[in-house]
Amino acid sequence: MLATALIAAGCGARHDDPSVVRFWAMGREGEVVTQLLTEFEQAHPGVRIEVQQLPWSAAHEKLLTAFAGDVTPDVCQLGNTWVPEFAALNALEPLDARVAASTVIAPDDYFGGIWDTNRVGPTLYGVPWYVDTRILFYRSDLLAQAGYTAPPRSWPEWLAMLEAIRRQDVAGRYGIVLPVNEFEPLVALALQQEDPLLREGGRLGNFESAGFARALSFYAGMFRKGYAPPAGSSEASNLWNEFGRGRFVFFISGPWNIGELKRRLPQHLQSSWMTAPLPGPDGPGASIAGGASLVLFRHARGKPAAWQLIEFLSQPDVQRRFHALTGDLPPRRSAWAGGALADDEHARAFREQLERVKPTPRVPEYERIANEIRLVTERVVDGQFTIEQAQRELDARTDRILEKRRALLARETTP
Amino acid sequence: MAAWWFVAPALLVIGVFFVLPVLAALAISFTDFDLYALADLANLRFAGVRNYVRLLETPLFWQAVGNTVYFVVVGVPLSIGASLGAALLLSSPLARLQSFFRTALFTPVVTTLVAVAVIWRYLLSTRYGMINFVLGHFGFGPIDWLGDPHWAMPAIILFAVWKSFGYNMVILLAGLQSIPRDLYEAARVDGASALQRFLHVTVPTLAPILAIVSILTVAGYFQLFAEPYVMTQGGPLQSTVSVLYFMYEEGFKWWNLGSASAVAFLLFLFIFAITALQVRVARRSVVAQ
Repeated sequence: MLATALIAAGCGARHDDPSVVRFWAMGREGEVVTQLLTEFEQAHPGVRIEVQQLPWSAAHEKLLTAFAGDVTPDVCQLGNTWVPEFAALNALEPLDARVAASTVIAPDDYFGGIWDTNRVGPTLYGVPWYVDTRILFYRSDLLAQAGYTAPPRSWPEWLAMLEAIRRQDVAGRYGIVLPVNEFEPLVALALQQEDPLLREGGRLGNFESAGFARALSFYAGMFRKGYAPPAGSSEASNLWNEFGRGRFVFFISGPWNIGELKRRLPQHLQSSWMTAPLPGPDGPGASIAGGASLVLFRHARGKPAAWQLIEFLSQPDVQRRFHALTGDLPPRRSAWAGGALADDEHARAFREQLERVKPTPRVPEYERIANEIRLVTERVVDGQFTIEQAQRELDARTDRILEKRRALLARETTP
Repeated sequence: MAAWWFVAPALLVIGVFFVLPVLAALAISFTDFDLYALADLANLRFAGVRNYVRLLETPLFWQAVGNTVYFVVVGVPLSIGASLGAALLLSSPLARLQSFFRTALFTPVVTTLVAVAVIWRYLLSTRYGMINFVLGHFGFGPIDWLGDPHWAMPAIILFAVWKSFGYNMVILLAGLQSIPRDLYEAARVDGASALQRFLHVTVPTLAPILAIVSILTVAGYFQLFAEPYVMTQGGPLQSTVSVLYFMYEEGFKWWNLGSASAVAFLLFLFIFAITALQVRVARRSVVAQ
């Protein structure tokens, strides 16, 4: 299969052949998706799929370069925060009509928050392929030692547990680890609030809202009260070892760590860790609707065949097999019913969380804004900014990043 | 006329692959070329010198300049000192296995930066690193090399100097070996000590080479990028963001090519000014001799 893919890639000159679907996929997904495609090609004798694998680290650059050079693929796996960006480039094909006519893709079967990440304004640009959200991983044995048998459901419960762990005063142990080079945990806490991150249709920052203040104070408080080790000293590369050694009880992370922990933790610790949905301010809270989608490019040659590929990869049983190959969590409720996934006790918390996921702001500038959130938060944790200063600073930086967007939107309404 | 024909191919290549892109970048630096302009050129706005003015108002840009200057001011003397020291040791008549040590000390220059950066990350690890292990024996507490904003740049400097000193060492070694032996013999006959021979024979004869080496090293060190890119991604608290790293993020991460081009030209002006200064100082000192 790989050999045919290589040969096919070698004959890239036949770009106009509508029976060849050029499919770009990233990382691990790109490696294993070919195993699913044999079946598709047997079912559709006239269609051949050329898979090109991109490393995640270079994918964004490569896609933009491909766009600039007008050599975009037909179908592509796209991180769902990238969808607004490529929609702004006018590179993606709107999918509303195709989805409405599809017998395979049923929007109601998808988790609502995930489906919404593919909408920019009223238009749908992608179909979710797999989902990614952030939940709580914890050491159930250490939590029991601190006197708790169930994970926290709300912020007050969570704080009480962290305080109990701190009181135990075990040398070198912290309640939680929050690497300052990740913005996702704080963004997830901020999405739990009523106030959106941006206001006026994504024209201005909304970080001076009461909701963001609450999330940031809660997050920074974890460091101030000594529940989390101070910034910088957490070496993320050793996360699994340190978790196994009991240096911290909680961490916030995504689905891939289920597989990592099963593989990396020694056998005697396998019954000592568990996952839980993310606690909210007063009861189970929301988390980030992340993941990757399948998109059809506007300049695709054979759109019907390309759409068939997207439909094929969206079938629930194909998604179950895809989960078995990658560990990626499927975006359809029906794919979760039955199979190995339904029995996986570590995945259960993700299933519950996925009913409560919210999209991050759908503006092309989001990644940059998220990066500023990370940088400013790092300064709060370090004590250089107060909460209020950080809020003002974030709004100022965000408003500046969105300046061109505002100008273009203003021009659209007054031509 | 015939001469023009001979240099034409070279000029053509330089023109297409160097002059043209530079001029294009200069033009882009006066626009707000970004993602939206990539989608539709109608979204491109002429910005005049606004990119430059904005950069000069951006605290992070100045922090990047400060970090880079710190890296150059500490790193260049350290690097040249290490190169000169190693070259002197190698050229000493007492040195054994000279070619072995010359190769060994040159090795870091030719190794892949990313691979050795991974090794250095292990060496610098707070809890398990060899460097903190050794320092611990001398009573120094564990230093969070790459996580503490005060120590991240020194760690980067240490790594960069180790990686690059071998190159200058080879140049200086060649210079040392070309100093005529009889100058030293004459000095010794006059009763000059080892230190006096170094200060009054070695340094003056080596001065032109030292000048070249320092100009090249300063220009190279101003373009600090790969070390923080691989080791710290500019962190912690942006203490290792260099000018070039800042430019990379503006241009290729956020796709603000207008502003990134402006950074490139500002960096060019910096390096140009400093090199001009160095050349002038070097000329004057040669004339003074």
